[in-house]
Formats: sequence, C-alpha cells, structure tokens
Amino acid sequence: MTTETILPPETARESIGRRFGAVGGNMRQYGIFGALIAIVILFQVLTQGKLLQSNNVAALFQQNAYVMILAIGMVMVIVAGHIDLSVGSVVAFVGGIVALAMRDLHLDWPVAILVGLAVGVLVGMWQGFWVAYVGIPAFIVTLAGMLLFRGLAIVLVGETVAGLPQGFIRIANGYLPNFLGFADRADVVTLAIGGIAIVAMLLSQLRARASLRKHELQTEAIGLFVAKLVIIAASIAALALVLSLSAGGTPIVLIIIGVLVVAYSFVMGRTVFGRHIYAIGGNRLAAGLSGVNTKRVDFWIFVHMGILASIAAIITTSRAGAGVAAAGNMYELDAIAACFIGGAAVTGGIGRISGAIVGALIMGVLNMGLSIMTVDSAWQQAIKGLVLLAAVAFDLVNKRRAGGR
Amino acid sequence: MEHGHILEMRDITKRFPGVVALDDVTLSVRRGEVHAICGENGAGKSTLMKVLSGVYPHGTYEGEILFEDETASFRHIRDSEERGIVIIHQELALSPFLSIAENIFLGNEQASRGVVNWHKTNSEAAKLLARVGLSEAPDTKVADIGVGKQQLVEIAKALSKRVKLLILDEPTAALNDEDSEHLLDLIRSLQGQGITSIIISHKLGEIEAIADTTTVIRDGRTIETLDMREGKVSQEHIIRAMVGRPLENRFPPHTPQIGEEVLRIEDWTVHHPIDQERKVVDGVSLNVRRGEIVGLAGLMGAGRTELAMSVFGRSYGTRISGKVFKDGKRVELKTVGHAIRHGIAYATEDRKRYGLNLIESIRRNISGAALHKLARGGVVDHNAETKVAEEYRKELGIKTPDVEALVGKLSGGNQQKVVLSKWIYADPDVLILDEPTRGIDVGAKYEIYQTINRIADSGKGVIVISSELPELIGLCDRIYAISEGRLTGEVARENASQEHLMHYMTDTISKDGATR
Repeated sequence: MTTETILPPETARESIGRRFGAVGGNMRQYGIFGALIAIVILFQVLTQGKLLQSNNVAALFQQNAYVMILAIGMVMVIVAGHIDLSVGSVVAFVGGIVALAMRDLHLDWPVAILVGLAVGVLVGMWQGFWVAYVGIPAFIVTLAGMLLFRGLAIVLVGETVAGLPQGFIRIANGYLPNFLGFADRADVVTLAIGGIAIVAMLLSQLRARASLRKHELQTEAIGLFVAKLVIIAASIAALALVLSLSAGGTPIVLIIIGVLVVAYSFVMGRTVFGRHIYAIGGNRLAAGLSGVNTKRVDFWIFVHMGILASIAAIITTSRAGAGVAAAGNMYELDAIAACFIGGAAVTGGIGRISGAIVGALIMGVLNMGLSIMTVDSAWQQAIKGLVLLAAVAFDLVNKRRAGGR
Repeated sequence: MEHGHILEMRDITKRFPGVVALDDVTLSVRRGEVHAICGENGAGKSTLMKVLSGVYPHGTYEGEILFEDETASFRHIRDSEERGIVIIHQELALSPFLSIAENIFLGNEQASRGVVNWHKTNSEAAKLLARVGLSEAPDTKVADIGVGKQQLVEIAKALSKRVKLLILDEPTAALNDEDSEHLLDLIRSLQGQGITSIIISHKLGEIEAIADTTTVIRDGRTIETLDMREGKVSQEHIIRAMVGRPLENRFPPHTPQIGEEVLRIEDWTVHHPIDQERKVVDGVSLNVRRGEIVGLAGLMGAGRTELAMSVFGRSYGTRISGKVFKDGKRVELKTVGHAIRHGIAYATEDRKRYGLNLIESIRRNISGAALHKLARGGVVDHNAETKVAEEYRKELGIKTPDVEALVGKLSGGNQQKVVLSKWIYADPDVLILDEPTRGIDVGAKYEIYQTINRIADSGKGVIVISSELPELIGLCDRIYAISEGRLTGEVARENASQEHLMHYMTDTISKDGATR
C-alpha cells in the first residue's frame, strides 16, 4: 500500500531539476555538454592551442560527419529499445553501389546519390520487416545484416571503385563557395550563415515563449531565458568566426549535419511518430495497449536508419574519393558509443539527438586531440573505451543518487 | 490420524508501513490433516504463509511459531525448507527450458564435488514422479508439459526436500476440472503417507471435498476455525465468515441516468494462449448501457481480465469467438487501435506493467492514448498538451506541483489517476476499469469512485472489474458474476449482497448462465 502525501520530496526535487533543465532537456544533458567543454579545454591546453585552430575545427566536422549522421538514426533505434549493428556494412554496401553507378553506369552524381538513398530505404525496409513483422530481435537481424551487406559490398566492389567525379568528391571534402569575399581574412559566407543561424534560433525561441504565454503556461524566468539565448548565440558566433578563418570556410558536410539534426530533432521531439518511439521504448506493452501500432513504428524506425546510413555512405565514399569494400568498418560501434555517451538508456525510452551529437563530438575531439599529440592509435582506442564506460557509469551513479533503482 | 499439532502460529501480527496486514492471527494445524485457509483476496492469507516460510524473517513480525513443538525462528526460506516446510506458489517457480529432473533438484543438485551425477538425478526423479503419479520421462522439458503436470513436478520437488508440511497456494486456480481432481487425489494420498497439507483456496466445493479443518481469515484476522469432519459445515457459513464486514459509507452517493445500450457482447469464448484446449472465457454474454456502471465480480483466475482484454482488440488469448455490438451495430475489434477507434477503452489492473510509461512525465502519459487529438499534420502541439494535462491534474486531483513530474515517482493513487486521465481524454464510449483501486488507500479510492461516477454521468458505459465485493456493491448499478470463465449470475444493485455474489462466484456447477 502506498500512502498519499501532498507532495513527495522526490517529485519536488525532480520538478525543480526539470525547470532548470528546461534549457536543453535535463541535467544529464548539461552534464554531457559540460564534459564536452571540459575535454575541449583540456586538449586545447595539452596541444598548446592547436586543437581549436580553424583548419582543425573544420576537419573535426569533416572527419566525424559519418558518426554524427549515424548517431542520429541510432538514437531513434536505441530509444525504441533496439540496436543496429549493420550500419557499418550498409555504409560499404551503399557506398559501393553509388560508386559503381557513377563509374560503370555513368550516371550523373546527383542521380547516383538518389540511387544510394533509394537503396538505403530498401535496406531499412528489409531489416524493419524482420524486426517488426516477423519479430526477430533487432540484435540478430542487424547482426545478420552486418554480415550480409559486408559480403555484398565485397562482391560488388571487390576492393575499391575509384575515379569518381569531382562534384561528388566535393561533398565531403569541399566548402561552401566564397562568393561574398573576405572581411579581413574571414569568409563572409560563413559569417552570414552564423548570423542566419543565430537569428533563426532567436526567433524560434521567442516564438515558443510567446506561445507559452498565449496558452497561459509557465515560462522560465526571464533572466535564465536571456542567459540561455546569450550562451547559445555566443557559441554559434564563436564557431562561425573560427570556421570563417579556416582555409575553405564552412564545410559542406556541416550544413548537411545541421539540416539533419534540426529535422530529426523536430521528428523526435514534436511529431506523433517521435512520441510513439519514446512510448514504445519506455513501455512497449503499455504503448500497445494505448493503441500505438508498435510494429509500424518499429518498421519506420529502421527505414529512417537505412536512409541515414545511406547518407553516411555517400559522405564516406565522397571523402575517400572511392567506393571501398572495407569502408565503414566498426562505424556501428562509434554510433552506438556516441548515443550512450550522449545519455541514451540501454533499456530504451531515453535519449536525445542533441545528446548523441555531443557524444559524437566528444569522441571526435578525443580522436583529434590525441592525434595532434601523436598518441598511438591503439591507445586512442583504449582511451575511448574508458570514456564510454565512465560516461555510462556516471549516469548510473547519478540515477541511483536521485533515488531511482 | 495421529494426534497433536504439527504447527501452531500464535498471535501473529505483521505490520507494513501504514497497514496492519495480520492482526493477532492464530493458526493451529494438526499432524496429518489437510487444513484449508480461505478468505477474500487481500485478507492476509499469503502474508501469513510468507511469515511461516521465512520470506518475512523472524523479528519482522510479532507472535510465536511452533513447528513440531519447537519454536521456529526462520530467517530465510531455506531455513523453513530444512525443517520440512515447503510452499508451492500460485505462479509456479519452474525453469521452463530445463528438464523435469533438473527442476526437481534445482538448488539441491545430485552431485559430488560440483559434478552432477545425471544417472542418480534421473533415477531419483523417476521415483518421485511415480509418487506423484506423473508418467513423464524425467528428461522431458518442463515447457513441454501442461500446467497441471507442472504442478505435480512442483510437488515432486517438495517431496525431494523431505517435506512434512506442504503449503499449496491456490493450487487449482489455473487447472481444468480433470487436473484439479487429480491434484486433490494426490493430496489425499500424500496425507496417507503422513504429509500434512495447508491448502489456500477460494473454491468452496474443493475445500468441502478435501479439508479436515478450515480457517477463515478476513481483514488480517482469524475469524473462525471450522472442523469439517464433525457435522456438515455449509458453504453459506464459510461465505458469511469470509465477507462479513460491515459496509461503511465509503462510496459517494450517485443516481444513475441510464440510457441506450452502448455495448453488447454475445457468446464470447476465449482460449488460453498457450494451453489452447483450455477455455478461459466460456460463452459469456453481457451488455452495458450509457450512464451505467456495470460490475464484473469473480475470484482470481475466474477470467475477468482475460474477458476484458480479449474484447479490447484481442490483447489476450487465442481462438476467440463471439460477437461484439457497439451501439447496436456489430463491430470487429481486431487490434487495440480498432477498439479505441470504436470508442472502447481498457484501463489495466497492472498499471506499472501495462498501463504507464514510468520514465515519462504525467503530461506525456495522459496524452498517450489520444495523441492524434493534439496533433496537426503529425506534429504535436506541446502547449495544448500541457494545458490538457494540467486540466486533468486539477480535475482528478493528481497531487504534484506540475505535469512534468515523472509518473514512476508518484504514489499508486496518483498513478491510477494518470491512467484514468489518459482514458478519459481518449473520450471512449465504454470504459473498462480493471481493479481501479488496487493498492490505493481509502482517501484516494473515494476520489476515484467520484471520477468513475462522473464518467458514467457524462453518458458513457463503465465496466468495473474488482475483487472487492463491497466496492462493486457500493459503486455498480448492476453486477455480473463469473466463475471459471462462465457467467454464473447477474444481480441488480438493489438485490446485491456479498453472500449472494460470493455464492455465484464460487459456483462451479451451475452452467445455466444468468439467474436472478
């Protein structure tokens, strides 16, 4: 029997935490964001300022674009209580098809990209079918997919398919064209994009606040609100400024990542589909008994994962300048690690795209910082493993202290 | 029959925070007898057995236990098993993918220096199986035999521990008539071998057939100990002892405004999902009218939840047959989605497992069954959602500062209010509430009764499933009783009494359906 109290103490604490946490989610999100900043500062010091050099920052995004894109899909999969081990192989498979479409079928590169996306959809439908409608655990289905698509990639590609058009290679290696010139060495296009991003962010935040007001709902304190806006705007401005001084300005992949993050954050946070993903991850039985078509949701999650894997494939192939049968090796583990570092729960139901992106950045910064310091790659891998363990352990300890079991 | 007592439990009092579960209970079991314990759900029978077997260790309760004339202070279930007390729970504790022999000796492996002797395991198991009359090979997987036979494996396991006192908790609840009969025979033959049994059961026919003595427990107190061999004890006598609590004014007054029929179920039959030959619901027909609160009374395992869930989009059972009419028109409810779209809602008895997303906020749980009402073009309007959730929080009195609190941290009463909010917001025409007040304290219960009355007054049909007879009588306009999957009675509020209902609920013979 439970005794009713007017206000259980945990609830009060929770709600205060939530109110402060309203800035970007919950305290865990802040924790991970703080960890990213701490790691950046640490390596900035250790590398004597080399980490945040403009060209390194641009390279950070270009090198880690694939993790961030895969992590977006992986968050959806993990929140729903599944896992996808096949994405690395899918990257090689789709990348191989795209490369062959350009070299052997002589398709224009934009058409080849569409072919790649379509194959991604089919791969997603294939895996989604087995998981959702046959009921085979995703671990098994995607383990099979991992072998299947790697095998098919080797059959199709052999080793490499090179000689791809320049336009295609520019996607992952190029920058937005500088048609606005320079302002004292700084690329004006990059600065303009930074400005647009800040204005868009401000407008959307102000609109959200106005809408809360209109519905007579509680809004966060004005001081906190302004502080939040200033911090976000300053971060965007700093990033834009640093990038504008790099050799090429804004990497094209950064725009792709930005669009995907905004779009999928909207899907996860605001749409019925996104809410159903959290609902089945939190309690699949209860979601089913609330009328959620859990099979259909599962199916579409894997289709989305397939699309995102094919985008990652296009970027990986473009960056290598060739379709490579061995491409994407271990990418699935990078994406899964990014999600868990970013606060996703192993049991499903909890996780955010912003968290996974930050998780991916943490690993990217670690990689880059350690590389600049010429740490052996074997050690880099060992350190990444420990960081993953520490992040999840920190999460568990925190939860236990908060009174959860 | 030998004389003297094998077990005496004297003045046992067990408290949980805020509740006295057992209050000065006394139980004396004679050596070699079959002793029945009966009482309503929640009367304290299981708690008493947990005290006896050491699940609640010595020191967490008051009173004294004498087993074979020695004071027993069990600190662990192992302690009581060493003395020869073995309890077989209603939910069997067998490992489905291990063999019968492995299960019998689980935790007590026939091994030397950590190496299992399989020949000994299987031959010993075969001997035990012969004693319980089970003709299955010892290496058969437990998953491959029916529930009735699994029950026998449990008893064989108990025999392997040299049991002196065997406790069976609702042993026949999940069994068909034939298996039940066989089990009762076995208990008698064990009695012949000098094994004392305590059997907890709702089935009065069964108790009459097998028990030498019956102890009735109600509200955590011993009410009566009846000698079943000395003259005939009537079932009515036991029923009166089981339910005899006075009805206090625990229900808000309510005048129903009953309208047209909104839901009718005809000849509804459902088979068990695994044991497909067994009918869990057998030819049930019932109806609900707008504005009416209809009760469904039945003992645990009678098929109440199974009936409700099978109607609600076939969420339970196989080989379902029968017809459902909604507002006079026949409807097929093949999925939960269909059922909800046809205006039927079911709020589960197990809210943590089937009803709520515990790691989400109140807001997201309340909107969970009707998110489409808050969405345009697939996009959810957050602010409208918060407003809706706020309204329900205030209306139903969910005691939190806001709707962002996590549901997992709320008390049972508040969680139940979230479940109700969710289904009220989904705006069904028929709302099936399964044990709506389970695990909830009296104050919150009153508020939930008020809410149920309001739902009915808004022109919806309500079906309430409950184990608490006073609740059904206090709340419902009409009550159906079911027993072993069959409808055994229908009683209007004016004529409803607990004795009357209990009579129907324990009716295992009558097959003529509704009688007034």
